[in-house]
Amino acid sequence: MIDAKKIIEIVDAAAKKIDAEKDFLTQLDNEIGDGDHGINLSRGFKSVEEKLATFADKDIGAILKGVGTALVSTVGGASGPLYGTAFMKAGNVCKGKFTLTDEEIATAFNAAVEGVKMRGKSAEGEKTMLDSLCPAYRAFQGGVDGGKNLVQALEDAVNAAAQGVEYTKTIIATKGRAAYLQERSLGHQDPGATSSLYILQAALDVLKKG
Amino acid sequence: MVGIVIVSHSQKLAEGVMELAQMTAANVPIAAAGGLENGALGTSYDKIKNAVESIYTADGVIVLADIGSAVMTAEMVLEDMERDNVKLIDCPLIEGAVVAAIESIGGRTLNEIIEKLETV
Ligand SMILES: Nc1ncnc2c1ncn2[C@@H]1O[C@H](COP(=O)(O)OP(=O)(O)O)[C@@H](O)[C@H]1O
Ligand SMILES: [Mg+2]
Repeated sequence: MIDAKKIIEIVDAAAKKIDAEKDFLTQLDNEIGDGDHGINLSRGFKSVEEKLATFADKDIGAILKGVGTALVSTVGGASGPLYGTAFMKAGNVCKGKFTLTDEEIATAFNAAVEGVKMRGKSAEGEKTMLDSLCPAYRAFQGGVDGGKNLVQALEDAVNAAAQGVEYTKTIIATKGRAAYLQERSLGHQDPGATSSLYILQAALDVLKKG
Repeated sequence: MVGIVIVSHSQKLAEGVMELAQMTAANVPIAAAGGLENGALGTSYDKIKNAVESIYTADGVIVLADIGSAVMTAEMVLEDMERDNVKLIDCPLIEGAVVAAIESIGGRTLNEIIEKLETV
């Protein structure tokens, strides 16, 4: 179970985490992209932070939609429409809700991942953010279905995402800018998969504090 | 006349493509949405939206985009607009822009131009 206040805390923590890791994300994107992923996302999450105060009395659907809109408008790279769509699609299934059960969180997580696939015309195994998001969602859903509590299920999700990030080092990119590098993308971890891991980690950190 | 919007990561590229299209179709309604607000490389939701709105008429608008985030961001702008006479077409950007501009000046409808672009 989670309420709107916690969602805002998570968004805030994600923004801070992205900002703290900005240079590392940019460095990863330098290796296999155009070196702007950290810059893009920290710009986007800064504009999210500026809107946080206006979310105070909103339902979870409206909050997530607001986050998505801000990201689409300000990120400027592929991760903008991708994360933007993810948050908006998650928001769609939380319309009017001020609390979410763990099952509802899993439903929203799934909607977010499906949103990325739709927007990116992409799938798992193409060396993108989906390589951390998809296994993370499966682990989370599995945890919830298996009767784990929210923190445990999210811990499983974060571990799966971290493994997903490692996995991206072993595959060739076939989507996104890194796809132009073909086999030269091998050995490098995907920036978007890494930022997805950070966002999930930020959520876990907040929930662990209780 | 059908309007045309050129979406690119680069302001220079978007404006250059627009120039080329205007060379053979001087009076075509066309707008460029290139780069970010601060001039950096990237795609801006607001720039795309404003560009479409600046030339929108009931005849419709064709949107052409370069790569990656330009395509995805343009898709989102169009979904939010909910106008079925504003279409994002997947074709080579420069040739597509030139062909669309000539056809638009020639008085073709949105659907006729889209059909033409599918062969570019
Ligand atoms: N089609 C796609 N589907 C899923 N994720 C994608 C796709 N294209 C790019 N990405 C993700 O976006 C990240 C790059 O983001 P960013 O640097 O902000 O965008 P850009 O490539 O436009 O500079 C990649 O590391 C990858 O994870
Ligand atoms: Mg990049």
